[in-house]
Amino acid sequence: MFASKRLGKIQKSLPPGIDLVSAPDFKEWQMDIRVLDSNPLYLNQTYRLRFRFSNNYPIEAPEVTFTTLTTPPRPIPIHPHVYSNGIICLDLLGTQGWSPVQNVESVCMSIQSMLTGNTKNERPPGNEEFVARNTQRPRDIRFVYEDSSV
Amino acid sequence: MDSDDEFMSGLSDDGFEQAHDSDDGSMADDEEFDEDAGFSQDKDLKPGKKAYEVDFKVFSPKDIQSHQDKQIDEVSAILGQPSEATAILLRHLRWNKERLIETYMERPESVLETAGLGPESVQTPTTKVIKGFTCEICCEDTPGLETYALKCGHRYCVDCYRQYLAQKIKDEGEAARIQCPTSGCNRIVDSKSLDMLVAAELKSRYQVLLTRTYVDDKDNLKWCPAPNCEYAIECGVKKRELNRIVPTVACACEHRFCFGCTLHDHQPAPCSLVKQWLKKCEDDSETANWISANTKECPKCSSTIEKNGGCNHMTCRKCKHEFCWMCMGLWSEHGTSWYNCNRFEERSGLDGRDAQAKSRQSLERYLHYYNRYANHEQSAKLDKDLASKTNVKMKSLASTSGMSWIEVEFLKTASQTLQTCRQTLKWTYAFAYYLQRNNLTEIFEDNQKDFEMAVESLSEMFEKPTQELAALKVDMMDKTSYCNKRRVILLDDTAQNLKTGEWKFNVDITMGP
Repeated sequence: MFASKRLGKIQKSLPPGIDLVSAPDFKEWQMDIRVLDSNPLYLNQTYRLRFRFSNNYPIEAPEVTFTTLTTPPRPIPIHPHVYSNGIICLDLLGTQGWSPVQNVESVCMSIQSMLTGNTKNERPPGNEEFVARNTQRPRDIRFVYEDSSV
Repeated sequence: MDSDDEFMSGLSDDGFEQAHDSDDGSMADDEEFDEDAGFSQDKDLKPGKKAYEVDFKVFSPKDIQSHQDKQIDEVSAILGQPSEATAILLRHLRWNKERLIETYMERPESVLETAGLGPESVQTPTTKVIKGFTCEICCEDTPGLETYALKCGHRYCVDCYRQYLAQKIKDEGEAARIQCPTSGCNRIVDSKSLDMLVAAELKSRYQVLLTRTYVDDKDNLKWCPAPNCEYAIECGVKKRELNRIVPTVACACEHRFCFGCTLHDHQPAPCSLVKQWLKKCEDDSETANWISANTKECPKCSSTIEKNGGCNHMTCRKCKHEFCWMCMGLWSEHGTSWYNCNRFEERSGLDGRDAQAKSRQSLERYLHYYNRYANHEQSAKLDKDLASKTNVKMKSLASTSGMSWIEVEFLKTASQTLQTCRQTLKWTYAFAYYLQRNNLTEIFEDNQKDFEMAVESLSEMFEKPTQELAALKVDMMDKTSYCNKRRVILLDDTAQNLKTGEWKFNVDITMGP
């Protein structure tokens, strides 16, 4: 019901660097994002975000991860809050930080600005172990948001 | 403190109020309060408090609720704030009444702001229909849509609001700190608004969660850790006092636990020793047992060696020392008797075994205490099985001997006594392991020995076949009371010395932060 209205809203006006790739239903959407300035870490790259919505969306946060693709090339951006399996550690995607007023567009913008502001060419500490071990859904993971500056 | 009377008096409203007022008071204050609150009639009957006993009170969920309400009313009158707002303020400051009143008097606006109450306006919450409204959550813009906003003015349709609150309460278990749905707005949803918005079954869940945060927030309240027990215990013992006292409390559900660490009653050993002991047992026991049974140490460098085959001629891989596995003496003195060692009396063998004995001592010492500790733990388990059979025993005794149910009660008392005593005995061994040897330790060990003998003889009596029990009744009652007496003596002595810091331990017993 309301998701269709939201979809209509999003197609009308998307900010630069954010594109809707596919929204076949209200379960899973694909978005492409680009960093607009000349940050060398992300220059000329486009990244694919996958949104998964529960029946409770937007009361409940969506599950948002980066996914890889070979054609067109869509890697996982390097960032101290992005694990190499695409899981993003961002407080607004957790139960504590999520607000139902957020939407796909605002989440994309937050992630976009998270990348833009980053200068560290590194993965989160403990990335290998996390990627090897984690079997939880992203929203159930208890991240510690220790550093809000990056 | 095991008596029912204690619980009953603890449950009186009067006592409840008073106890909280003396929040910051020491233990001594609490005792004074007992007198003030009109327990003088009890006082005359009650023997003096033992050194190992602490004051505590048991509260039912209803007590907790009513006490919260009382405090809210009281503070609400002082601050001149409606009770919903007061409740939020109190929870915000973790129920520190004095601090709330103080800071509120100094700068009310900032207190309200940080608690999510913002600029004040007193009105009952209502839903509104606003012309041309679009809900920012669901994008719904049907005319006549019911909407609601907290005092921050962030307005959403009632459906979304309900869903949001249901999600927070049901799935996330939040209650005291649910914020406005707007991102970045920290206005807290007050209970009046919540009452108006959510379904009845969620309201009760909300109340449960609120009560829970109340107990969690207060340092002098703890939930009884027994499964399915809904009671909370209040006790004034502070964390920093835990190296001086072992605050064992008993819930109305009969579960006895330590208020300091919420583990099962572990008197006389203080919490920090218990923690160290349990860790040691977890790490070492099996290993130590195995090492003790299967290895010897090199007489020269004390490396632990397992002989898994071959002859008695050992060459230590570490220090290249050559010795005989049998007599621990120098191999060079063995001549050609390769496979037999008959050199037990030789000097070098004696020396070797001496060194061996010394290094084994610490291991053996640990095992000595551990085995006794584990034995009482095991016996307590067996006694517990026995206790479940006590009922059967009581019935069968009542029918075979013609005694009334009340007359066979002594069996139940004996079984409960055994449980408690075993629990105490068990921890005396962990306690003793950490004690330095001195005169006090001798007294302690004498007490422990007397106590242990009393318990074992009661335990033995308890296992007798049912038909013999009737004749043993008087004897058994005597033994039961003797066990209790020995337990009191031991606990009182250890607690007193703990309070005055007389015990010398071979580890640090001050609790970490």
